[in-house]
Amino acid sequence: MKILNIIIAAFRALQRNKMRSFLTMLGIIIGVGAVITMLAIGQGAEYSVKEQIASLGTNVLIIFPGSQQQGGLRVGAGSMTTLTEDDAQAIRTDCPAVAYVSPGTRAGGQVIAGNLNWATGIEGVGVEYAQIREWNVQYGEFFSDQDIKGSAKVCILGRTVADNLFPDSDPVGQNVRIRNVPFKVVGVLTRKGQNAMGQDQDDIILAPYTTVLMRLSHFPYLRQILVSATSSKNIEVAQKQITELLRMRHKIARFEGDDFTIRNQSDLANAATATSQILTILLASIASVSLLVGGIGIMNIMLVSVTERTREIGIRMSVGARGRDILTQFLIEALVLSLLGGIIGIIIGVAGSKVISGIAGWPTFITAFSILLSFGFSIIVGLFFGFYPARKAALLNPIDALRYE
Amino acid sequence: MTAGLEEGKSMSNTKLPPANSKLPDESKALNGKLIQIDHLVRIYKLGEVEVHALRGVSIEVTKGEFVAIMGASGSGKSTFMNILGCLDKPTKGTYILDNIDVGSLMRDELAFIRNKKIGFVFQGFNLLSRTTALENVELPLFYSSVTNKERKERSIEALRKVGLEDRIYHYPNQLSGGQQQRVAIARALVNDPSIVLADEPTGNLDSRTSVEVMEVFQKLNELGITIILVTHEPDIASFAKRHVVFRDGKIKSDKINANPRIAAEVLKTVPSIEEEDEA
Repeated sequence: MKILNIIIAAFRALQRNKMRSFLTMLGIIIGVGAVITMLAIGQGAEYSVKEQIASLGTNVLIIFPGSQQQGGLRVGAGSMTTLTEDDAQAIRTDCPAVAYVSPGTRAGGQVIAGNLNWATGIEGVGVEYAQIREWNVQYGEFFSDQDIKGSAKVCILGRTVADNLFPDSDPVGQNVRIRNVPFKVVGVLTRKGQNAMGQDQDDIILAPYTTVLMRLSHFPYLRQILVSATSSKNIEVAQKQITELLRMRHKIARFEGDDFTIRNQSDLANAATATSQILTILLASIASVSLLVGGIGIMNIMLVSVTERTREIGIRMSVGARGRDILTQFLIEALVLSLLGGIIGIIIGVAGSKVISGIAGWPTFITAFSILLSFGFSIIVGLFFGFYPARKAALLNPIDALRYE
Repeated sequence: MTAGLEEGKSMSNTKLPPANSKLPDESKALNGKLIQIDHLVRIYKLGEVEVHALRGVSIEVTKGEFVAIMGASGSGKSTFMNILGCLDKPTKGTYILDNIDVGSLMRDELAFIRNKKIGFVFQGFNLLSRTTALENVELPLFYSSVTNKERKERSIEALRKVGLEDRIYHYPNQLSGGQQQRVAIARALVNDPSIVLADEPTGNLDSRTSVEVMEVFQKLNELGITIILVTHEPDIASFAKRHVVFRDGKIKSDKINANPRIAAEVLKTVPSIEEEDEA
């Protein structure tokens, strides 16, 4: 029997019981649709997690000076006076995996503008801070290399600071006083919102690190160096290069510990990505269960169908159908059911994830992989659950089958 | 085996002399014997009990014969029919159909023989429901290598032979019992089989329709088709040219029916149902 004829015959057989065929397919439709939708939502979630982590700066490294030890008393990290501007300069020139470097220091204090005042942190940073944090000014402009070299008394306000000190006017070009030192506002940063810990990242003032060192902290050493690797893949390389460079520059003997610490955020990024991947797998496996149930539905109906059509099988055998002809016939019927269900399921899954992303506002991603996966899965389900009933039909004894009432 | 089948096919295509005359030409080819059965034994095992359904049956059938097999239920005639139709295998003894030792074949090979050499007509018609007459007749050709075009042509031709050419797209439930049985006969004929096996073909039909069906068989037999008919009705058997009676798994008698009834003539004397209603 030619395969095309069998396929036509399978369609006719399924047509004879439209309602039953549809309900059988419904199991597969729901299964495939659920797998596609869940994968789309999971991958969408993964994407937005990655996006959020990228905004933290996954390729950022922060170098702190080591902790100071006096007798038995250890002071916290960053207390040692080991990081210098020259270190920062050396990292910039000698570490090829490093893209941007921003020396940093910090001061706190009361900021006054006109009759308003506000307590905030003042970050002394380099020009490349904007590139490293991917954080630009919304109004005005970032300070220049010239400002750094000349320890210019200029500053950039975070949005929270700007809103509190200049509620009604444009801060750019105006003066503020930080711990009685007058600074000219040259720009306002874009809003960044809360960080992962819930702190307001916009409650900040940026100023040239040279100015902060000289005018505010009165402390000639850097509190940190902010570095970005050329890409997030190069983080490890950059970290290694910086470690080697700084150990050499600080003349640290081979078995001595570092006098600095390097932190990166890739651990956080990896953890978050892993979490969202687990979420995707979880969603998909829950959806697969419904596909499995759909497959059992196919098996159930095919078994009923074989019993119901025992006499037909007998007739076919009496006119010359071999066991394998009967096997093929029922296997193809099961396959047609699961494939049709699979195709309809894919359409519904795609439509469903569009609707969900429209209503809930979540990003959803339908990949060729998820479509191929669920399509392949439905073929396997059809073959697997169709085989047993088909084999049962093929092994029937023609005499008994013909007599079956 | 293939060569044997080719021969068988060319045989069935040859024009045969009228059935009533003896067949001297045929005796040269294939010894003239279409079926040679020797000491056939069939034992069923029902748990511990052995049932001896056939206890040594020997019979020969020549091409072009019209044999009626008779006997009470339990006489072994159904078992014999199943073996004759290659649906079952003998426990002992030989069965040679068209020079092929059928008793030694495997399951798939038996399916092949059923497809090429045997046409079945059953008591309960055994048509596929919700499937047109034409498609029912086409069924055996689905399992042989025949093009779609040839399959349709041959099926229409077979339906024409049984006088149903104007009903080819009817479904079984739109046909009368006699018409359904004629569709079944067309299905049995479509692959040019060596024998047509009819198992109680009139069992579900009223007396006039039964005669009509027998008329079809007689016409086919006149065309040279070998027919073996199982029946327990002496009335129906009287249309056949040879009577074989089974009892207790053996052949009790095997006689030529010198004066078979002619169904076409009987039909003239039996009024149709409509006429009876009018009367």
